[in-house]
Amino acid sequence: MSNNMRLTLKIWRQGGKYKGEFVTYKLDNVNEHMSFLEMLDVLNEQLIANREEPVAFEHDCREGICGTCSLVIDGRAHGPMKGTTTCQLHMRHYKDGETIVIEPFRAKAFPVIRDLVVDRSSFDRIIQSGGYVNVNTGQAQDANAIPIEKDQAGEAFDAAACIGCGACVAACPNASAMLFTSAKVSHLALLPQGMVERKKRVLEMVAQMDKEGFGKCSNVTACEAECPKEISVGNIARLNREYIAASLASETTN
Amino acid sequence: MAKAIALDTKLDSKIPPGEMSEKWTKYKGSVPLVAPHNKRRIDVIIVGTGLAGASAAASLGELGYNVKAFTFHDSPRRAHSIAAQGGINAAKNYRNDGDSVYRLFYDTIKGGDYRARESNVHRLAEVSTAIIDQCVAQGVPFARDYGGLLDNRSFGGTQVSRTFYARGQTGQQLLIGAYQALSRQVHLGTVKLYNRHEMLDVVVVDGKCRGIIARNLLTGEIERHSAHAVVLCTGGYGNVFYLSTNAMMCNTTAAWRAHRRGAFFGNPCYTQIHPTCIPVSGDYQSKLTLMSESLRNDGRCWVPKKAEDCNKHPRDIPEEARDYYLERRYPAFGNLVPRDIASRAAKQVCDEGRGVGTTKLAVYLDFADAIKRFGRDTIEARYGNLFEMYEKITGENPYEMPMRIYPAVHYTMGGLWVDYELMTSVPGLYAAGEANFSDHGANRLGASALMQGLADGYFVLPYTIGSYLSKEISTGAISPNTEAFEAAENDVKERLNKLLNIGGKQSVESFHRRLGKIMWDKCGMARNAEGLKQAIQEIRDLRKEFWSDVFVPGTNNEYNPELEKAWRVADFIELGELMCFDALNREESCGGHFREEFQTEDGEAQRDDENMKFVAAWEFKGDGAEPELHKEPLEYEVVKVSQRSYK
Repeated sequence: MSNNMRLTLKIWRQGGKYKGEFVTYKLDNVNEHMSFLEMLDVLNEQLIANREEPVAFEHDCREGICGTCSLVIDGRAHGPMKGTTTCQLHMRHYKDGETIVIEPFRAKAFPVIRDLVVDRSSFDRIIQSGGYVNVNTGQAQDANAIPIEKDQAGEAFDAAACIGCGACVAACPNASAMLFTSAKVSHLALLPQGMVERKKRVLEMVAQMDKEGFGKCSNVTACEAECPKEISVGNIARLNREYIAASLASETTN
Repeated sequence: MAKAIALDTKLDSKIPPGEMSEKWTKYKGSVPLVAPHNKRRIDVIIVGTGLAGASAAASLGELGYNVKAFTFHDSPRRAHSIAAQGGINAAKNYRNDGDSVYRLFYDTIKGGDYRARESNVHRLAEVSTAIIDQCVAQGVPFARDYGGLLDNRSFGGTQVSRTFYARGQTGQQLLIGAYQALSRQVHLGTVKLYNRHEMLDVVVVDGKCRGIIARNLLTGEIERHSAHAVVLCTGGYGNVFYLSTNAMMCNTTAAWRAHRRGAFFGNPCYTQIHPTCIPVSGDYQSKLTLMSESLRNDGRCWVPKKAEDCNKHPRDIPEEARDYYLERRYPAFGNLVPRDIASRAAKQVCDEGRGVGTTKLAVYLDFADAIKRFGRDTIEARYGNLFEMYEKITGENPYEMPMRIYPAVHYTMGGLWVDYELMTSVPGLYAAGEANFSDHGANRLGASALMQGLADGYFVLPYTIGSYLSKEISTGAISPNTEAFEAAENDVKERLNKLLNIGGKQSVESFHRRLGKIMWDKCGMARNAEGLKQAIQEIRDLRKEFWSDVFVPGTNNEYNPELEKAWRVADFIELGELMCFDALNREESCGGHFREEFQTEDGEAQRDDENMKFVAAWEFKGDGAEPELHKEPLEYEVVKVSQRSYK
């Protein structure tokens, strides 16, 4: 077991005494079984011991499902491994003596709060604008009343697997939120329960997305490549179809 | 004939009269209502936005109350309910395998080792079916079979298939459903959402809960929020052990602060140790990762029969040299015994020196037989994402090598004591979901936490809270500019300043680790009187040391995660002491609480129904004073109390 990896970390610091700059830290004795965030814990314990400000970064479940962790690691959202959140990345993928550059997710709609922490509440507002089914508690019919074809349900699930982390935005050169928004539009449009409001939903969610200051999608597909849940850009195509159909329909009714 | 446990006048469980199967129906038909025009004038605060909190906030918002929902996360969708993997139980009997409301009720009472309140559990089983209906209507993509209907699987402690699931991320899909319902109410203006706000105290005015003190985690501002009722949906306290499967920010602060303001703490020693977690790999470890119980449907637990085989490659150990210890000891349930039993059995074989892996604190969970029987594709379809997660963490491929697993702290059955209406012993203060003690007795069955969280939020609180609020319709708006609010705000500010000004030498994290070690060693999977007494003393010493030597960097007026953590750890230290008190007081073994002095000849938990068939509800009596025990006797009208057997 390797317990003596030495690493150089270049970390973006912003807030407190830092105006917004990369600061270099040296770390010895990194164990290959540590997770990336445990490596940052070790750094912070070291900083605290030296009476320095610890590096602020967000994290919670540390098992790849809550979507709280972020980080751009060596230029890649959630680091180098495919289909992996930062909290699931382990140090066995790094070598002794390496330098790692760590930045926050950067996007106009994700303002930096401190160091590596950004404000992603714009995602909540997109959902609030229409990312749901209008059903009150108690109004539901029996769960098996509407059979849903297995593959269709599976496809809805694939879209619903989005954890709302924002890596798609960070990976996109335009900082577009199309993958996130389209995943929710697809999840609900693919299910009979979401069918009734599908037109209204896509129009309102896209309008809110634009209002939040996210960029336009130009089909770079970096979002799909970096998405830790491997959400497909096929969802963006579906959103575009839904959007055009809904726009035409609303023009006709107007 | 069991001795009657004296009724405690401070504990009124408000169990409705009548037949068990009719209590809830009759209650709903007779509970006072609040008319729509009055609901608009009533404010309700919900703290926490996991399954219980988000479902309660959405449902109360739909009813027309003014709801304020608080979460310390950046978004309600991050709550730890999201990490639940395996599924949610419901007595739908879609499989025609003999399930019913009664069976779910019975299994839950038995699984809880006869330490849960019957009336609450029966209600839980009754409303379970409506939860599935509601979730499907919201668009939760549950697993389906080829006919397009919902699929089910089995979980521990049951002999039917009643667990609904969404691949290995049922919690995330249910939470997204509740989050969407909550987001809809935010859009409609019935719920105001306060993200990145942490509740640091409740405010009690003239004996009634009237609001909370919250800290804005971005600015450090201390805010007063008033309401006619406050509901705590703030989860469990498993992180008192430092290492657990809980998310890093899960904490006891809301529940503990409420306890200090008068809410009794129910059965704090009942903690669930989950049998299938990825073992600890080193002292830098920050948390443990669960491998879903559903894996025990197809995975077989074993260790070598002889200790000298433990260093061999598992594939080099022939069948006859393996001990499939669960199948051997519990033939009726095999690998699907309840969690407490599976965990203890794993500990026993490791204590015998037959553990595997570098630390020898692990057992194998082997899928080779299932892969042979069903093919790799089927196993991949069932558990693919869990296998991937295992491989990411350990670097080993479970299709080739058996998984190595070990028990870890996962859930806390104990929590704030609540009556049938989910109200704590402070009028107007409610607790729902894992934050209360209510439904799981001394051990929770798999896939029942999601059920309870959503039952409380969607289908119980919307009815029961009206019973109290119907008496508040003429109260008018509650002012936060009163003495009680000012005093609570000052208490919070003073404690924050104290934490920041100690200026000691040790980090918050180091204290948390030390607390966790005391708790795990002496109040963990096996406990005894001597160890618990030592633990109480060690925790008291640790508390003193914390308040004189902790170092918290930064200031109050900024985003300061270390300060947040310091407050939470300080509360964990206080709670840890109470847990040891409770464990010491409970002179029996039941469910997740195993006292070494009380076991049968073959090492099973031995209950004492004569003296211990009660809920322990602890009252806070001040710092340095011993807590006072109140006993709620448990009466079983329907289920026959017997020695639990899974053999």
